[in-house]
Amino acid sequence: MFEGKEVDYQPPVAQPIIQLTDVSVSYRLPSERIGTFKEYAIRKLQRKIKINKFWALTDINLHVNRGEVFGLIGNNGAGKSTMLKVISKVLKPTKGRVVVYGKIAPLLELGAGFHPELSGRENVFLNGALLGYSRSEMESVFDEIVEFSELEQFINAPVRTYSSGMFARLGFAVATAHVPEILILDEILSVGDEAFQRKCNLRMKNFQQSGTTVLMVSHALDMLEKMCNRVAWIDKGTIRKMGEPHEAISAYREVNL
Amino acid sequence: MHKKVTLLASNSKPVYDSANNRVSAISELKELGKYRYLLGQLIRRDILTRYKRSALGVAWTMLNPLGTMLILTFVFSNFFKSALPNYPVYILSGLLVWNFFSQGTNAAISGLVWGGTLLKRIYIPSSVFGVSAIGTALVNLVLSLVPLVIVILVTGAPFFASMAFLPVSILLITAFTLGFGLFISSLAVFFPDVAEMYQVLLTAWMYLTPIIYPESLIPEKWLPLYKINPMYWMVKMFRLPIFEGRLPTWQEFLPALAWAIGMLVIGWVYFTSKTEEYAYRV
Repeated sequence: MFEGKEVDYQPPVAQPIIQLTDVSVSYRLPSERIGTFKEYAIRKLQRKIKINKFWALTDINLHVNRGEVFGLIGNNGAGKSTMLKVISKVLKPTKGRVVVYGKIAPLLELGAGFHPELSGRENVFLNGALLGYSRSEMESVFDEIVEFSELEQFINAPVRTYSSGMFARLGFAVATAHVPEILILDEILSVGDEAFQRKCNLRMKNFQQSGTTVLMVSHALDMLEKMCNRVAWIDKGTIRKMGEPHEAISAYREVNL
Repeated sequence: MHKKVTLLASNSKPVYDSANNRVSAISELKELGKYRYLLGQLIRRDILTRYKRSALGVAWTMLNPLGTMLILTFVFSNFFKSALPNYPVYILSGLLVWNFFSQGTNAAISGLVWGGTLLKRIYIPSSVFGVSAIGTALVNLVLSLVPLVIVILVTGAPFFASMAFLPVSILLITAFTLGFGLFISSLAVFFPDVAEMYQVLLTAWMYLTPIIYPESLIPEKWLPLYKINPMYWMVKMFRLPIFEGRLPTWQEFLPALAWAIGMLVIGWVYFTSKTEEYAYRV
C-alpha cells in the first residue's frame, strides 16, 4: 500500500501541525434540554432559559509537532475525547482557536456507518465516502483493504452475517487504507485476535515512519509509554501534566492508582 | 473576539482554522461539492437497502403507489365520477407528488438523526443527509413514472405533448421539498417532538391538498385559503400537464416558482446557520 505514494520522512522537529490556543469547550447540561415547543415557549416567556454550561475543556494551550505520536490520558469524562473532536473539526471551540496544518483522518469507531444489509464490498465504499474519500481513492485501495482484513471469501456477503471480529477488521482496514497526514485514534487499537493486533501495530509503525502525526487517547498506559513521543494528562478539562511519556504517566498513576 | 495568536508555523497554510471557519450557506455548498461521492453512496445505500430482503426488491417503489391508487380508486371513484372522468390518472398523478414530498422530508429528518451519531465523531458536512434523502425520493419519483405510464395506457387516457413540461415541474417540487426537508430536519434536532408532530401535520396537510378529491369540490369561499398551501401549487404543476393536457398559465406557474425558490433559500440558510450546533445537540 505504500508503493507509489511515499511520504518524505520528517523528523519530529518543532514544526507544529496542530495548535490549540486558549481553547475552551462548553456543553449544555442534558437536564437543560428542552424537548417541546410548549416547554420552550413557556420558559421563554418566563425568561427561564438558563444556560447551564459545563466546561469540558478550559483554556487548553497545546501544540503537536509534525511526525509526533502524542498521547492523551486521563479519567473518564476528563475531556480527552472532546479534545480530539475539537481538533478534528467535529466541534467548534466555544472560545479560543484551533489551527491544523494537515489533513486529518479520524479513525471512526470501527464499523460505525456500516449498513448491515449491504455487502462488505458496498460497505467499504460507503465507509470510505463517509471518511471523505473519493471513488477513485477507494478503488485504488480496495484490494488491499480486502487482503488486510482477511475477508476475501466474505466480501460479497452482507455484513450482518459477519462476526464482530470481522466487522472490526474491515472497519480498521478501511479507516487506515490511506497513509494519513494526521491520524486520530480514540481508544480503538484493540481489534480482533492477537495476530490481527500485530498487523495493526505494524501498520501504525509504518505510518509513523512515513511521517504521520498520531494523536491517541487510551487507557492502555504501558502501550502509550512505548509508542508516544509526548503524553498529556487531562484532568477536569485542563492539562495537569504534559511532557515525556514516563513523567506524565507516572504522575497520573500516583494520583489515580 | 479572538486573541491575537502568533502562529508558530506561519509559513504554511492551515488546512483548518477554527477562527476563520464559520459555516455559511456558501461554504456548506462547497463542502457538499467535495463530498458528492458520499452523496451518491448514501442515495445508493437507501435505494438498495430499503427493499433488500423482499423478493420483489426495488419493484416495490412502483407497486406501492399503484396499490394505494387501486384502493383509493375502488373506494372513491363512484363519488367523484362525474367530476373526474379518469380518476385513476388523477389520483396517481397527485399521489406521486405527495409521496415524494412526505417520503423525502421524513427521510431528511431520520437521516439527520442517524447521521448525528456520525456527526459527533467525524467531520461530515451535515447537509449531506438531507440532500441525499431528497435525492433518494427523487429517484423513487422517477421510477414511479413507470406505473403512471402503465395506468395511462391501461385506462386509455391520452398522452399529451404538455407532458414534456414535467421535468420543470419535478425541478420545482424537488427544490421546495429540499428546502422544507432541511428546515424541518433542523428543527427536529432541537425539538425531538417535531418528528412525531410532523406525522400528524402531514396527514392533515394531505387532506387539505386536493389529491384524492377534485378541486371543484372546494367551496368557492375557501379557495383563497387553499391557495396559501404551497403543495396546492406543487401538485398542480405536476398534474396539469398529465391530466388536463396543458401547460400551467403564468398565474399558476409563478406562485409555484416563488414557493420553490423561497423555500429552498430559507431552508438552506436556516439549516446552515445551525450547522455548528448539530454535533452538540443530536
